[in-house]
Order: sequence, then structure tokens, then C-alpha cells
Amino acid sequence: MASTETTTATPPTAAAEDTAKDTTGATAKAVSKDAGKATSGADRPDHLAGLEAGLDALETRAAAKVPVWQLLRTKALPPVLAVALVIVVWQLAYHFQVKPHYDLPSPADVAGSLHQMWLQGQLLGYIWTSVSRGALGFVVAVLIGTPLGLLVARVAPVRAAIGPILSGLQSMPSVAWVPAAIIWFGLNDSTIYAVVLLGAVPSIANGLVSGVDQVPPLFLRAGRTIGATGLRGVRHVLLPAALPGYLAGLKQGWAFSWRSLMAAEIIATSPDLGTGLGQLLENARTNQDMPSVLAAIGLILVVGIGIELLVFRPMERRVLRSRGLQPGGA
Amino acid sequence: MATPVTEQAVRHDSDPAYAARIEHVSKSFGRPGARQQVLDDITLDVAPGEFVCLLGASGCGKSTLLNLVAGLDEPTAGAIATPGGRPALMFQEHALFPWLTAGRNVELALRMRGVPRAERRERAEELLELVRLKGAHGKRVHELSGGMRQRVAMARALAQDSQLLLMDEPFAALDAITRDVLHEELTRIWAETGVSVLFVTHNVREAVRLAQRVVLLSSRPGRVAHQWTVDFPQPRRIEDAAVADLSVEITEQLREEIRRHGQH
Repeated sequence: MASTETTTATPPTAAAEDTAKDTTGATAKAVSKDAGKATSGADRPDHLAGLEAGLDALETRAAAKVPVWQLLRTKALPPVLAVALVIVVWQLAYHFQVKPHYDLPSPADVAGSLHQMWLQGQLLGYIWTSVSRGALGFVVAVLIGTPLGLLVARVAPVRAAIGPILSGLQSMPSVAWVPAAIIWFGLNDSTIYAVVLLGAVPSIANGLVSGVDQVPPLFLRAGRTIGATGLRGVRHVLLPAALPGYLAGLKQGWAFSWRSLMAAEIIATSPDLGTGLGQLLENARTNQDMPSVLAAIGLILVVGIGIELLVFRPMERRVLRSRGLQPGGA
Repeated sequence: MATPVTEQAVRHDSDPAYAARIEHVSKSFGRPGARQQVLDDITLDVAPGEFVCLLGASGCGKSTLLNLVAGLDEPTAGAIATPGGRPALMFQEHALFPWLTAGRNVELALRMRGVPRAERRERAEELLELVRLKGAHGKRVHELSGGMRQRVAMARALAQDSQLLLMDEPFAALDAITRDVLHEELTRIWAETGVSVLFVTHNVREAVRLAQRVVLLSSRPGRVAHQWTVDFPQPRRIEDAAVADLSVEITEQLREEIRRHGQH
């Protein structure tokens, strides 16, 4: 480089080599007969490979495998015990007649009511009606909420315009939409889906927005340097990076779908509509059939939790594990 | 997707005189009225295959300059040319994508460059072997040590097949032993691939250990204050007497630059 400011620092090479030899010589004398290894540059790459392998081995930790019985004891046993405790307290409350028996039936009465529905062959039908509605509503909510969330996250004016409304909608109980939806759509499936969507879309969109907001800017810069720009950047960097937040949004979106669905089913009962768990609950209330009321409540709870545990929890766990993150909470 | 590659190759052949040319580049941040000038009239060439270290104290804008050369930001004045195509960039943090395995990270860079799917796997294996991580293709990022992650990041940068590798204090967060080993690796890979390197650091010894030329930037605004050609042969060691002697001289200059800021 022809620069006026360049000063060439050329030390007397021979002298430098002498100094180097002197120092290595001294060390060799002091330590052992390793002088040949230290001074010869020829075998240095091999020497380096070994050194590096050693460093790699020292710094990598093998993940410890947890035995199955220990997992069962630490993860499965506590909730089972908790449920057992609730049933025991319930049975005691029944036994001591905290409420009259027609208001507070025993666990056995509720189980009997469930058994009867099973024998009539209707139980799975009720569950399926609600789950299929919930699932369809959820899928449509994902299809709407995902592009909406992406738009809010990436386009500043859109965010300024509807960001706060979206967060506000999320905190609004979607049951409040039921009367309006009934007037607009009548007592049919449209009403139910409208309420489910109004409940689930905001939380899915918000989940994606917070997922995108939490993407480290470094990933986006790294993506741009390897040429992942524009839509390719969204597909290969932004979306995968936002996935954990998005999944949390989906999980919450399911919870909101399920809640809204039950609210809609309880209020919007009509012979035109199939009987889901919400209608089952409402019918049982009209008939003063307390065991069926409690059975329906139990089913709503179990199905909601079951779908979260069977579908969303494993999905989230897989994504977080593969990134070396610990699934938060229980 | 194949066009950038051919374009890159053509441009590379037509002008092999430099790997990067930085001409009278200035950069300011902030609104008019409250502007802060970070870089002032920087002119610097990196020759093909050359290893240049940019050295300076905090606030000299060395990372800003690297961002400009990488095309992540636009200079306020002046021009930057990188005829070898989009430069590869390595950061202090490995910046590997945790949702991909080590090998897939490398493959993504190949894919973005337009390498056909059939060749990607093999190319990625080769690059991992180059950084001595044979067999690490399926490893997750969190399963790798800090030094291994930086080597995967190096493989990913090399996957871009750029004529110019920009490095922004890539070893600053590593422990001294690992850093020393990676200095040797980088020197070896640089010699094997013939890539040009523009390496930013605030570590004088690191600069002298690695570079053929050390460029000292002054701070606020950053200007080229001094340059040294380092022509003792590789492989050097950071403990070498020659490295130490030149480091002392450069450190004196660096301190002189820093002192000037205490005076006004």
C-alpha cells in the first residue's frame, strides 16, 4: 500500500529468530525434552488439531438422561395427587352435607352420570361436536391471525394503527360478543365461529408480534449478510426466530378459542345447533340435573387441558429443546 | 437464484486490483443540528488476499466502518467498492441460528448463494472439515463450545465464497487459550483459501499476531492515524518477541491518540 503514513516495521529477522530459539531452548531445559515439538513448525497443524480436539472435549458437556421412573415421580405424580386430594375433599363435603345432596352430588353420582351418557352412546358425540368446532375455529384463527400479526410486527403504520386495538381485544372477554353475534348471524354456527375468532385471532396475532419483537437484531443482521433479505429473510430468519413466541401465542389462542366456544355454546342453544359440551351444560342446568352439570364442567376442563397437553405442550417442548432452551413453567 | 453467483464471478475477474476500496468515506449519525461524526474521510484499500487489522480505541467507529463495507449501512459521503460480491461478516457473537444444526447453518448460507440442494450437504461437510469440525454437521448450536461456535460461524462465512471476509472482534468473547488456538486456525484458513480479511479489534497483540498490515484509527471522529506493515513470517505466536516489540510501538501510538481526547 502506497501510503505516506506507512512505517515499515521490519525487525532484523535473524535476530528475532535467535531470540525465539533462545527462549524455547530455555523452556526446554527447564521443563523436559519437548524442545523439538515446540520449535518445529512442520508438525504444528497436527499439534493444533489435537489441541483443538482437547479443547472441544473439555468444553462440551454431555446431556444427562433422566430415568423414566424419576420423570414419572417428579412430573406425573404431583398432579395425580392434587386431583385425588380434590376428590377426597369433595367426598368429605358430600359426606358432611355442606350443601344438600341435590346441590352437591358425590363424585360417584357424577361418574354415574358420565357412565350413563357413555352407555347412551352420546358422550363422544358431545365432545366431538365441541372439539371439531374449536379446532376449525382455531385453524381459521391461525390463518387470519398469522398474517395479521406479521403485518403489525413489521409495518410501523399498521402497528401504530391497530396494535393497541389488538392488545385491547385480547383482554376483552369474548363472551361479550355473543349477544351482538346472535343478532347479526342468528342462532347458528356462524355465531359460534364469529365469537371463537374474535377470541382467538387477537391472541395469536399478539403472540406472533411479541415473538417477532423478541428476535435478537443480531440474527437479522447475520441473515442479511448471508443474503437472506426481503421475503427470504422473513422465511429463513424472522419466522423461525420468532417461533417460540408464536407457539406461545398459539397455545394461548387455543385456550381463548375453547373459552369463547364454551361461552357461545352455553348462550346460543337451539335445536338447529348440534349439542356440544356447552349446550350439554346448559341443558343439564335447565333440567336441574346437578350430576350432569358437574360432569359437563369436568369434561370442558379435561378436554381443554387435554388438548393443550397432547398437542401444544409437546410442540413447544420440542422447539425449545432443540434450541437449548428450557421449557418454562411446569 | 443463480444470477448473483455468475455476476459475482464476472465482477471478480474484471477487477482483481483490490478486494475492498474505501474512498473518502465519512459517516454521521443523528438528526441535522445534533449530528455526530463517527468516521471522517477514510481511505483504505484491501488488496486481494491481504490480511488487514483495523485497530482503535472505543468510539473510533471501526465497527461502523465494517458495517458500511458489509453493506448493512450507507456512508454519508464517499464510496465503498467490494468487487468480490457481498462480503462475508463475522461478529463477536457467533450469531448462528439456534433453530438449525451447525451443518444447516452453513447450508443456509450456501442456499442463499444459490448452491443447488444436491451439492449443499457435501459443501457444508467440506467447510466444517476446513474449520476442523468434521462430524459436527448434526450438532445443535447449544451443544457446541464457544470456540466451536465461532468456527462454525467461520465456516458459514466462508460458505458465502466471498473474496472478502470481514471480522468484527470475532474472538473478543473467548477465553485466552481458545482465542490463541483460533488465531492459528484463522491464519491457516486464510493461507489455504487466499481470502482477503478485514479484521477489527482493540487488541494490539492480536492485530500484530494476525495482520500483514495494521491500520490505527483515531477516535471521534475516526480517521486513519497510522499504518504499519507487519512482514515477519507466519506462523507467528502472540508471545513472539517481534510481535511484542511492534505491539509496544503501536500501543504507544494508540495511547497518544487516546490522550488527545483528555486534553480538550
